[in-house]
Amino acid sequence: MGEAESVGLLETKYSRRKFIKSVIAVGATASSAGYFIGGSGLLGAQSSGTAERLITLTINGQQRRVDVLPNETLAMTLRYRLNLTGTKLGCDRAECGACTVLVDGVNQYGCSMLTNQVRGSSITTIEGLENPDTGELSLVQQAVIDEGGFQCAFCAPGFIMSMTAMVNENPNPTRAEAAHALSGNLCRCGDYDKILNCAMRAAELARSV
Amino acid sequence: MAIIRDMIPAFELFQPTTVEDALALMAEHGEGGWVLAGGLDSYDWFKDRIKRPEAVIDLGGIDELKGIIDGQDGLEIGAMTTLTEIVRHERVRSEYILLADAAEHVATPQIRNQGTLGGNISQDTRCWYYRSGWACYRAGGNTCYAAAPQAMNREHAITGTSRCVAVNPSDTAPALVALDAKMTVRGRRSSNVYDAEDFFIGPATDITRMTVLEPGDLLTQIDIPSEWANAHFYYEKVRDRGSWDFQLVSVAAAFKTSGNTIDDARIAVNGVAPFPVRLDAVERLVKGAAVDEALAIEAGEIAIQGSRPLKHNEYKQPMMSNLVRRAVRSVA
Repeated sequence: MGEAESVGLLETKYSRRKFIKSVIAVGATASSAGYFIGGSGLLGAQSSGTAERLITLTINGQQRRVDVLPNETLAMTLRYRLNLTGTKLGCDRAECGACTVLVDGVNQYGCSMLTNQVRGSSITTIEGLENPDTGELSLVQQAVIDEGGFQCAFCAPGFIMSMTAMVNENPNPTRAEAAHALSGNLCRCGDYDKILNCAMRAAELARSV
Repeated sequence: MAIIRDMIPAFELFQPTTVEDALALMAEHGEGGWVLAGGLDSYDWFKDRIKRPEAVIDLGGIDELKGIIDGQDGLEIGAMTTLTEIVRHERVRSEYILLADAAEHVATPQIRNQGTLGGNISQDTRCWYYRSGWACYRAGGNTCYAAAPQAMNREHAITGTSRCVAVNPSDTAPALVALDAKMTVRGRRSSNVYDAEDFFIGPATDITRMTVLEPGDLLTQIDIPSEWANAHFYYEKVRDRGSWDFQLVSVAAAFKTSGNTIDDARIAVNGVAPFPVRLDAVERLVKGAAVDEALAIEAGEIAIQGSRPLKHNEYKQPMMSNLVRRAVRSVA
C-alpha cells in the first residue's frame, strides 16, 4: 500500500484512515459499500478485463494515484477524492457546463465521463491554469479579471476552461465564433455579454504574447 | 428536471481493445451488459436509475473503431469517431458538407468533442415519459402516456407512429439517410451492411428498439458512398435554444442538379417520427423538375400528407412543410 499513500500534494493532508473513511462514505450512500469493502483487500487483483480500481491520473501536470470506483465520474473523482473543488457540479447531466475540464486539451464535461476512461490522458482543471511556480494567472484568467465577467461566478471555472480551449485553438475568433465555442456553458445570471467580452479579451491577450 | 443523486449505481466496467473482445463480452453479459460509446445517452439512464446494467462495456479503447478512412468509394467512418472530428475533417467538409453541418448542430462543443457518430445514430429517444421510467409500450408496458388526453406531447411524432409516438432525436441520422450511407453491424458470427434508411426502425417493426441493433450487435462503421459527393445539400434544424436542444424538426437533403433542374434527390426529415423519414413522394415530385416557387410549395404540401398531429404538436406540420419547401427552393 506504500504507493497508495504516496499521492499528490493535496492528498498529503489526508491520513490514510480519513481517506478510506471518506471513500466508504461515498460507497455507502451509493448502496455499493458491499462492493467496495469486498474489494478493498484485493486492490489490483480483479479478474482480467475489468477496470482496475487503483489508477494513476495525470492532472495539472502531476501524477496522481487515486482509488476510484468503476462507476465514478471524473468530476466526482476530482472533487471528492482529490479535493480539486474548482470543478463544479451544476446539473450532473451534461446540460450546464460547470464541470468542464480539459482532456488532452479538449474541453469536455467532467460529470459525463468515467474516471477510468481518462487514465492515459492529461487532465487540466481550473486549478492547473496558473503557473505552478510563480502563481501567475493564465491569460484567460487575467482576461476575466480585466473584464469583470461574472456575477455569482459558479459557472466561471467551466467557462474559463472552455475559453482556454477556444483560445488555444483559435486565438482570432469573431464574437460569433466565441459565442459558438462557449455554447456548451450556461450562466444563470445571464451575464453572457460580459463573458464574451472576457473571451475576446483573452483572445487579444493570446495574440499579443 | 433531473434530480442530482450521489452516484451512478455500481456496475462492472470492461474496457476491451478489440471488436472481437467487445463482442465476446457482450455475448457473455447478455441482457445485463451495456455498450458505452461517448456515454452522453447512457449516463442519463444510469444516473436516473432507469437502466441499471451489471456490466458496462466501454468501446473507447478500441482504436479500430476510430477515425475516417478515404475509401475506394467514398468515406469509411469508424463508429467511435467523434462528431468534432467529423465536423473538422477536410474531405467531409469539401465533399459531404451535409454531414458536417448536421454533426455541428448536435448539442454543444463539449458533447461533440466526446459524442460519437455511432452513438449519435444509435441513441434512444428522449420521450420523457419513457426516459422517466414509465411502463410504456417502448419500455415493455401496455400504454403510451405521451398520446394520452392530458399528455404533454409538443415534441412528439406526427407520422410513422404505431402505439409509440416518440421521435428519433439524432441530428446526423437524416443526413446519413440523405447521403445513402451504409451501416456495418457486427455480431459474433455475422456481419451485415444496412442502408441508412433501413438501419432505423419504427415501433411497427419493434417497439422497444430505435435501430436494427439487437443485443449482441455492434455498429462498427458508417460508409458514405461517393455517389452523392459534392451534390447540392441543404440542412436545417429547428430547436428551442441555439445549443443543446434536440430538433423539433430537421431536414437534410441532397440534390443532383443541372442548372435549376433537379436530376435526382434524397430528402429526409427527423423529429417527426420514431425514425428519420425519407420523403419518397417528394423525391418523385422533384426529380426531373425545374425548381420554382410552385414546385417548392407543392413539395412542402406533399411532405406532410398523411401526417396526424397530437394535441400539442400541430405546429410540426407547417414547420416540416416549410423546411422541405426551403430545401427545394435552395436549388434555384
